[in-house]
Amino acid sequence: MTLYHYLILSAILFVIGMYGLLTRRNAVGVLMSIELMFNAANINFVAFSKFITPNEFIGQIFSIFVITIAAAEAAVGLAIVLLIYRNYKGIEVDNINFMKW
Amino acid sequence: MLPYSWLIPALPLLSFVLIVFFLIRSNKASSYTSIAAILGSLALSVAVLAEVLGNPQPQEFAINWIFMESFKLPMVMYIDPLTAVMVVMVSLVASLIQIYSLGYMHGDPRFARYYAYMSLFAFSMLGLVVAGSFFTMFIFWELVGLTSYLLIGFWFEKKIASDAGKKAFITTKIGDFGFLIGLLVMFFAAGTLNMAEIFDKVHHHEIALGTITAAGLLMFCGAIGKSAQFPLHVWLPDAMEGPTPVSALIHAATMVAAGVYLTARLMPLVITSHTMAMVVAIIGAFTALMAASIGLVQNDIKRVLAYSTISQLGYMILALGMGGYTAGTFHLMTHACFKALLFLGAGSVIHAVHTNDIQEMGGLGRKMKTTAATFFIASFSIAGIFPLSGFWSKDEIFAVAWEGGHYILLVVAVLAAFMTAFYMFRLCFMVFTGKPRDQEKYDHARESPKNMTIPLVILAFLSITVGWVGIPWLKHGYGSFVFFEHPHHVAPNYILMVISTIVALSGIYLAYLMYYKGSISPVKMAERFKRIYRVLFNKYYFDELYMATIIEPTYRLTEKLYKFDLGVIDWLVNFFGDFTVFLSWIQERFDTYVVDGAVNGLGYTIRAFGGGLRRIQTGQLQNYAFVIFLGLVVFILLRFL
Amino acid sequence: MDFPILTYMTFIPLLGMIVVMFTRKESVQLIRWESAFFSFIPLVLSIVMLAKYNGSVPDFQFIEQHEWIPSIGISYFMGADGISVPMLFLTALLSFVSIVASFNIQERVKEYFAFFLLLETGMMGVFCALDFFLFYVFWEVMLVPMYFLIGVWGGPRKEYAAIKFFLYTLFGSVFMLVGILVLYFAVEPHTLNMLTLIEYNSTYTHAFQIVLFPLFFIAFAIKVPMWPFHTWLPDAHVEAPTAVSVILAGILLKMGLYGLLRIGYPMFPEAAVYYAIPIGVIAVIGIVYGALVSMAQKDLKKLVAYSSVSHMGFCVLGLAALSVTGFAGCVFQMFSHGCLTGAMFLLVGILYDRAHTREIAAFGGLGVKLPLYTGIFTLFAMGSLGLPGLSGFVSEFMIFIGAFGSSFVPTWMVVLAVLGVVLTAGYILRMVQRIFLGPFNTKWEGLTEINGREIFTLVPLGILTILVGVYPKPLVDIISATLENLIRVMGM
Repeated sequence: MTLYHYLILSAILFVIGMYGLLTRRNAVGVLMSIELMFNAANINFVAFSKFITPNEFIGQIFSIFVITIAAAEAAVGLAIVLLIYRNYKGIEVDNINFMKW
Repeated sequence: MLPYSWLIPALPLLSFVLIVFFLIRSNKASSYTSIAAILGSLALSVAVLAEVLGNPQPQEFAINWIFMESFKLPMVMYIDPLTAVMVVMVSLVASLIQIYSLGYMHGDPRFARYYAYMSLFAFSMLGLVVAGSFFTMFIFWELVGLTSYLLIGFWFEKKIASDAGKKAFITTKIGDFGFLIGLLVMFFAAGTLNMAEIFDKVHHHEIALGTITAAGLLMFCGAIGKSAQFPLHVWLPDAMEGPTPVSALIHAATMVAAGVYLTARLMPLVITSHTMAMVVAIIGAFTALMAASIGLVQNDIKRVLAYSTISQLGYMILALGMGGYTAGTFHLMTHACFKALLFLGAGSVIHAVHTNDIQEMGGLGRKMKTTAATFFIASFSIAGIFPLSGFWSKDEIFAVAWEGGHYILLVVAVLAAFMTAFYMFRLCFMVFTGKPRDQEKYDHARESPKNMTIPLVILAFLSITVGWVGIPWLKHGYGSFVFFEHPHHVAPNYILMVISTIVALSGIYLAYLMYYKGSISPVKMAERFKRIYRVLFNKYYFDELYMATIIEPTYRLTEKLYKFDLGVIDWLVNFFGDFTVFLSWIQERFDTYVVDGAVNGLGYTIRAFGGGLRRIQTGQLQNYAFVIFLGLVVFILLRFL
Repeated sequence: MDFPILTYMTFIPLLGMIVVMFTRKESVQLIRWESAFFSFIPLVLSIVMLAKYNGSVPDFQFIEQHEWIPSIGISYFMGADGISVPMLFLTALLSFVSIVASFNIQERVKEYFAFFLLLETGMMGVFCALDFFLFYVFWEVMLVPMYFLIGVWGGPRKEYAAIKFFLYTLFGSVFMLVGILVLYFAVEPHTLNMLTLIEYNSTYTHAFQIVLFPLFFIAFAIKVPMWPFHTWLPDAHVEAPTAVSVILAGILLKMGLYGLLRIGYPMFPEAAVYYAIPIGVIAVIGIVYGALVSMAQKDLKKLVAYSSVSHMGFCVLGLAALSVTGFAGCVFQMFSHGCLTGAMFLLVGILYDRAHTREIAAFGGLGVKLPLYTGIFTLFAMGSLGLPGLSGFVSEFMIFIGAFGSSFVPTWMVVLAVLGVVLTAGYILRMVQRIFLGPFNTKWEGLTEINGREIFTLVPLGILTILVGVYPKPLVDIISATLENLIRVMGM
């Protein structure tokens, strides 16, 4: 188990998250994809911390921050989605283009 | 007394003001005010005359009127024997005529206004007479012109009357054109317009002879206009459209004599400048003859008298031109009496028969005894029959011509005297004797009321006696009172007296034959000298001539100039405006298509770009995210490549 | 520093305008009386000024001087001398008379009187101002209300007339503005104080004068109006309402002459001499031409308008004479023409109000029906034909004397000018005859006689006309010292 294995895992996770972000039509799906990308980043933090500075826990602390932020983000995001659902009777992101010029 | 002589004109002025502002609605009050004022003036005039008779030294009184450092123009009053005689004459005749008018104008709707005008006239005329500078005189000169205008056109509903008023005003104004320029010339030659100072300067040869002639002749133009001398005589016959008392007062006795008075005042200039004297004398002589010849054939009683007036004024001018100061002014005085009488007599006749045409009269002597008698007296007087006034004054003029050696002028004067006697008695015989030509008018005729006949009688008395002050045998007569430089004493010239009497009598006799006895038929005479008759009857075509050469062309010129004003000057202005509008139109096009085009074009281009670019903004978050991702990939690739 | 009478005279009408603007539009009667009141105060003040003016010294009096824009030498500088005092009085009088005569205006009363009061301020200011900037401001201020007064309350062709008037005058004043600027920059010290500029007139070179003078001359000639710049006048007069015609003829025309007397001549004396003959020619053409064209008129108001051209020609001739007498005649004629023509326009308006026509040929014999009106009309008509005893004669005679004695004006010009008097008699008498004399035209049976208010407007003018004509001494006393001094300043 070298650092590369972790990195490859995280890269795969990130790309899956990215793909989901770009392709999902459902807003909840999009949020979930973002969550995946957060986790890919967390893996990277922890992995680098473990292999490069084993005596310090900086990476781990960062991951905890990211998880917190992600939780907050999910809450806000879901609240927005809920409101959009109420106002537009659906959460298809294609329809949520009212911010264009 | 003399310093208060200004009261003489002031009284009628006061009456004028009172009538215009307060009494205009009351006929009685206004006429009495006016008559009271003129009688007051008469009394003052007599007092002045009495004082001047005692001390004939001329006196001058002046007040500042315009007073600047570099220009002074005073109002001056000048009293000398001539003034004294004139004020008495004017106020006397004016009083009599105003009294006469009480009857003549009775019942006229503008009776009060008539008396207002009469007062204004008396004021102006008396002012003219006492004026002591030519400028002051000019002011009153114009004012009498105004009153003449107002009174000729008194019955202005008649177009012919208002035309006559206008004609009189403008014709005399043409004369005044010369007068005014003469004043200017004189003012700069002598530095003053005061008579006394000018005479002094002329006397001491301080003014060049040419200037004297020029100024004198120019000022004489005013006299030509006012005294209806050739060539400006045309207005006076037309002026007979005014009420008859007006004709008597203004257009026979006083105002028209103002020209003669002015010429008399110009005497020092006439004496100095031979040219001027000659021009004055010739104009006078020509006018006397011409007007008398026209008078021979006219049928309107007042017009005959008008031509007679012109002719007699010519006489006076002639006398003055020959240096006969005493003779001219003497004739002026006697003429005022008998001509006023003639006009008032004519007025009395017109009042009775309501026509001016002598061909509709006849035999009126039987009905209007006083009128006829006084009219005959006046006619004898004007014809120059011994011992009436006219005889003495006319004789004086002949004597001047004789003494001066002006034999041609003497012949002209004698000829005119013959004609005068003839046409006056033609008038008398046709009006007062023979059978009535218009029975209906004759039946209605009756003698005029007392307030008309009494002035006639007084004037008849004066027509007989006034001339006696100038009887040559008298030691202290008119000639030793009113004279220029030296007392004027002409030895009685019996030859001339006889000649003039014969001439007058033959004129009367001819008229008697033609119009009383009928032994010479006037109709046949007219046939015989048809051409001359027609020329005379049409007054030498002066009116037509002036109409064709002056009045019509002036009107045409005014029309042309107005067209020029609209068509050229205003056209240019409008063209300038339109051209500017056109330029601005071009400017506007340029602005719209070029300047604005450029600005808008830039806007359009940018907008078009924006329109294209905005399509990128889809609003789809996923698109944005994709682009970010793609960009990231590209950057990474670029990093490694 | 005593009571600033000139400022009060100038700005009280402005105050009046503000008051009128704050009055309800519907209370027409109140607006009328307010306007009359606010134009009456300057009249009273001007009479006080006449009484207090000391005619024996040529200096400016009632002077007020305050710094305004000191950086470029502009000050609020007002004063009056013998030329402006009579004009100020005339302005105050005619404004008051016109406002009273305007009581019969029915439409948009509030705006009308507001503009009228503004106009009065402008006119007063022009005659008081001694600073070029101030002068120019007032000069232009006057134009705007005039434009609206003609353009809104005028006759059928009012827009044309108003625009013609406005543009013509503006065209002229642009020249003046250029002239003012040139003077400012060319003269040391840089100042817009007229009196200083006059004081330095000897330092201006000949060439400078003869170039600069025409700039001012054109501005003033248009205002006078001199031939051939006169064609705006008949149009403006015919279209303008009566009271505006009165002001136009009575005051505005005088401003051109006032400008020449105050600015043109004293600042450029050499140019005045240089151009004396051309100016004289223009004057004489104006006199004769104006008189002849008047004779051809069928519209009564146009006739009076053209007669103004002729009468102004006399003024210009007096100026060209370059002598005290000529100048005095000019000022007299300005004053007299203001009274006479003002009254003539009032009279024409009175007739028009009743008959709704001004066609001379349509009348006839009105003397029977309207004796009082006829009498008053004849009085003023005689005044304008120069009858002695009325003001026109005095002024014309002085002009003739001045011009005849002047070495700058040839004699033939004077002769032609005197001929103009004969022509004037011609057209005036013809007009009087065709309207008032002759058989009565029964069409006018319904005409009513002149009423009390109208007589009230004419009486002061009549009194002045007669007073000046009979006894000119008071006016002479006011103007003579100033004019003598003017000639001295010009170095004659």
